[in-house]
Amino acid sequence: MSFQVMMHELGEGMLKSMGIFSLTLLFALPLGLLVSFGRMSKNRLLKGVVWTYISIMRGTPLMLQLLAVYFGPFYLAGLKLGSNWRFTAIILAFSVNYAAYFAEIYRSGIESMPPGQYEAAQLLGYTKVSTFMRIIFPQVIKRILPAVTNEVITLIKDTSLAFSLAYAEMFTIAKQIAAKETSFMPFLAAAVFYYVFNALIAFLMERIEKAMAYYT
Amino acid sequence: MPLLEMKHIRKRFDENEVIRDISLRVDKGEILSIIGPSGSGKSTMLRCATMLETIDSGEIWYMDERAAYVDAKGSKVYPRGEEQKKVRSYFGLVFQNFNLFPHYSVMKNITDPPIHNQKRQKAEVYEEARMLLKKMGLEDKENAYPCQLSGGQCQRVAIARALALNPQILFFDEPTSALDPELTGEVLKVIRSLADLHIAMVIVTHEMNFAREISDHIIFMDQGVVAVEGKPEDVFNAEHARMRAFLGKLEH
Ligand SMILES: Nc1ncnc2c1ncn2[C@@H]1O[C@H](COP(=O)(O)OP(=O)(O)OP(=O)(O)O)[C@@H](O)[C@H]1O
Ligand SMILES: [Mg+2]
Repeated sequence: MSFQVMMHELGEGMLKSMGIFSLTLLFALPLGLLVSFGRMSKNRLLKGVVWTYISIMRGTPLMLQLLAVYFGPFYLAGLKLGSNWRFTAIILAFSVNYAAYFAEIYRSGIESMPPGQYEAAQLLGYTKVSTFMRIIFPQVIKRILPAVTNEVITLIKDTSLAFSLAYAEMFTIAKQIAAKETSFMPFLAAAVFYYVFNALIAFLMERIEKAMAYYT
Repeated sequence: MPLLEMKHIRKRFDENEVIRDISLRVDKGEILSIIGPSGSGKSTMLRCATMLETIDSGEIWYMDERAAYVDAKGSKVYPRGEEQKKVRSYFGLVFQNFNLFPHYSVMKNITDPPIHNQKRQKAEVYEEARMLLKKMGLEDKENAYPCQLSGGQCQRVAIARALALNPQILFFDEPTSALDPELTGEVLKVIRSLADLHIAMVIVTHEMNFAREISDHIIFMDQGVVAVEGKPEDVFNAEHARMRAFLGKLEH
């Protein structure tokens, strides 16, 4: 296999990794916010349920969760889901897992806001919703950005866990080629791919952080 | 007609009764100062008046309307929805630590509430905000962010922000006690200038000379009750032991 063919195949794997990455963020970031509301809810039942969910997501390996989501419907209900289920299961498992982590980050950010901001907003006539959307949340984003960056970078590397469902993302492909060609090269190339992707995302997050540095 | 009347207010935090049957009244254009030792309940009284805290008994009247009260069965009745919006539009509060919105510029801090919450015309609100900034001596700061301002400037922005909503009555909770002494003067000057506009004010302060000079009426609070009240000269000359001790402590 020529170097070019290998790079081409790895490149396709990379695109799939990026697909998992972006879809996971797309779903997990808003879902995490909802989950954090549940976690901070005054309703004891809701709070308990959400607490349990978060603790399971953080307390068990993501790879196990992937397997559970993928095989669960069959073993629990005898459902045979179509060929698209593999990808759906991956996105579902990743989103639900990452939402739990993001929820805790949102919560810490929201709880770190000084009560004076809420009180000033109330006195100035903001509704509860406007207070959150206009006053609290923009400041929370700035506060949690470093923690979110950490998770996002972990996510890039975690996409390789999709290999456990034999999904042809980059790591799976690298492994296949390496086995076929008895060469270490594909792993090296994959490492470079991950590294560059990481560097790009880190750069982007830094830019966002800088854009919000106009106030303290 | 009284703008604000608080009748027989009581407030406790768990077992600690912080306000024990206080009544007060503020008329149009009147300035009331509240003085007293730390922990006597001054802030709590303001927080009750501005509905940041709920009262445990008594009634709060704004503009001859009973805005909040505790009924015979002991349940707290507070306005909701449109009624709440109306009641809240009567008053503004200036905090000890300003509570400006750090992510908004000075201009946006002042204009966002009238535009977004009162649905007023943008152009008109901006024009009024510029006038207010001028009055505060901050006309060159409209694009600055709070973190770029001194404490005294922040407090003047906070005052402008409260005024932009055209309240009937403005509450101040120790507006200068987070400031260095040299910045206190500029804020007190601004508050004095509001007095000339006949805006009713309730001011909690430790600045005795200021209180004496600006107030129509002074309340000395001690351990959750009004210990002395009246015209400034009467209050400052009253032979009340706790108050003499309090004033004496301030002098040293
Ligand atoms: N949210 C709260 N929970 C419990 N206790 C409180 C709360 N707020 C105030 N207190 C208590 O109520 C009492 C009165 O407090 P308050 O802040 O009204 O005093 P103050 O007269 O404003 O004092 P200072 O001059 O120090 O500002 C204090 O004993 C305080 O500890
Ligand atoms: Mg106080």
